[in-house]
Amino acid sequence: MNRAIDFFLSSTMRWLLLALAIVFPLVVTSEYLVYVMALAFVWAIAVYGMNIITGYCGQLNLAHGGFFAIGAYAVAILTVDHGWPFWPAFAMAGVFGAVFGLLVGVVSLRLKEHYFAIFTLSVGYIIYLLIDKWEELTHGSLGIISISPPEGFGLVDFTQTVPFYYLVLAFLAFAIWITRRISESLLGRTFRAIRISDDLAQSLGINLMRNKVLAFVISTVYAAFAGGLYAGVVRFIGPEQANFIHTFDMIAYLLVGGFGTLMGPLAGTLIVTWLTQAVQGLEEYRMIVFGPLLVLLVIFFPKGIVGTFLSWRGRRLARQAPRGDRASRTGGSEPTADQSQGARNNA
Amino acid sequence: MELFIQQILNGLTLGSIYGLVALGLTLVYGILHVPNFAHGALYMVGAYVCYFAMVELGLNYWVAMVAAAAVVALLSVLCERLVFHPLRHAPPIHDKIAAIGILLFLEAVVQMHWGADFRRIPTPYNEILRLGELTLPVQRLLIIGGAFALMGALHLYLKKTMTGLTIIAMAQNREGAFLVGIDANRVAMMTFAIAGALAAIAASLFAPINLVYPAMGHLVLLKAFVIIILGGMGSIPGAIIGGLIIGFAEALGGFYISSTYKDVIAFVLLVVILSIKPTGLFTKGVR
Repeated sequence: MNRAIDFFLSSTMRWLLLALAIVFPLVVTSEYLVYVMALAFVWAIAVYGMNIITGYCGQLNLAHGGFFAIGAYAVAILTVDHGWPFWPAFAMAGVFGAVFGLLVGVVSLRLKEHYFAIFTLSVGYIIYLLIDKWEELTHGSLGIISISPPEGFGLVDFTQTVPFYYLVLAFLAFAIWITRRISESLLGRTFRAIRISDDLAQSLGINLMRNKVLAFVISTVYAAFAGGLYAGVVRFIGPEQANFIHTFDMIAYLLVGGFGTLMGPLAGTLIVTWLTQAVQGLEEYRMIVFGPLLVLLVIFFPKGIVGTFLSWRGRRLARQAPRGDRASRTGGSEPTADQSQGARNNA
Repeated sequence: MELFIQQILNGLTLGSIYGLVALGLTLVYGILHVPNFAHGALYMVGAYVCYFAMVELGLNYWVAMVAAAAVVALLSVLCERLVFHPLRHAPPIHDKIAAIGILLFLEAVVQMHWGADFRRIPTPYNEILRLGELTLPVQRLLIIGGAFALMGALHLYLKKTMTGLTIIAMAQNREGAFLVGIDANRVAMMTFAIAGALAAIAASLFAPINLVYPAMGHLVLLKAFVIIILGGMGSIPGAIIGGLIIGFAEALGGFYISSTYKDVIAFVLLVVILSIKPTGLFTKGVR
């Protein structure tokens, strides 16, 4: 039993998931389903970004959808209006994500908790209004059509769904790998320390501002790259992309999967996307289900699927282990939202 | 000069509406320390209840307004009981997410029933008063008069009645309020009811000169947040003064600077203020 549980957390499991994702388009015959999966992966990349600032670092960033739109618009404007090829435009999307992230982060992260959430909500709205009104730059409410797809250099054709699926998958795998590296490094521990308590982290000598801004910029770069990929696959974007309903979608994905966990963003995004797909016609009114779901989750199930699994495993190990052995057995597990919540209450 | 005074009147109208919405938000924040993102949805539901009562049931404007206030007050209390009360010991990020959940739910329900199209509420007061060169639409005067009368009534309620005083006591010091035997549940429900009613009345007053649609609450909510940050979160006079500042800034900015970007003005103001003074203009220290 224990080995089965450990298997879920092992790197073998992650390779198995990757293998499953690689064979997915070969097994599923419907191109539409592959397309839905590719889009879900794009969103998952953005949710990984949100996980860094909101999940690990504990700052509820409500402008995340805005940065996704900045990335998408960077690609759209550079390829359509300035005739750039996709890949340089895509790289610029990341640069824009980083620059705007730095600017917004430096101002907004001086604020705490509610002020930060409200401020970023306003930033998200400013981004939306600017995209909607600044017609010379963004084509206003008409949106931008026929964005050029990524070049395959004669080897692959990324206008086809299946090659694009693999491209997105590669980016997603890279995003998860980076998140894992961050999570296991001193930087990840620093972020968690900030989430648990600003004051405690500061008294440990952690430079709050520098680390928060770093987490924020990493998250906006994720969002901008995800936006760039989105522009490449959908090839049409409008101001709606910056509407904060998409930020809330991402919060829902993250909440279902589990804040501050490695596989939570992926699990949440896939589960919610496929549930929405399963009920046809729900797309437009998904919030009738999502809204109460968000409330119920936050009241009864705040750790999400992965977080609940991890803390269940932690409790199980603690029960089984003989007294002296406890520290060493549980020491290696990923800290869950549960522990940080406990620490927050104690603090 | 006439144009300027006209803009002042517009600013006063906008400021009164924003002030009413911000008052509810600041009251709830004072009691629970929750930024209630669902407040904009309550405002929107208020407008739709008023629309339903007036246009679909054919009731009188004032009856419709009272009905909207009652329905939204009830809805607001339900939110407190079902969502915010169970979350009172949770980390602050959870309240915010739950409030967003309520917001999305209410909007989706309204959109499913009434669709996303713009609707109008007919005003029974179409007259326009003329004062020299000035044109004074009666509905606008009604908004200003109604809003300030309501603010006055709220002030009297909070300062002169026992239940009002318990609300103030709890906003000032939670533990102290418990020590003298104030029932926290009652105060919280009362506060949410007042906040909901204020939002619904603001919506019913403003709807005849504006449009009714499911996303109408977004901008109003965001501006109300700007206002209570400006005025200090939890401060009642701050909400009223902040409302007027934003109202004037928008009316004058929209007229003299750019009408396309008039909605951005409030947020630019917020960004500037928070960059200079991260705790807001009128706060005495953090929280």
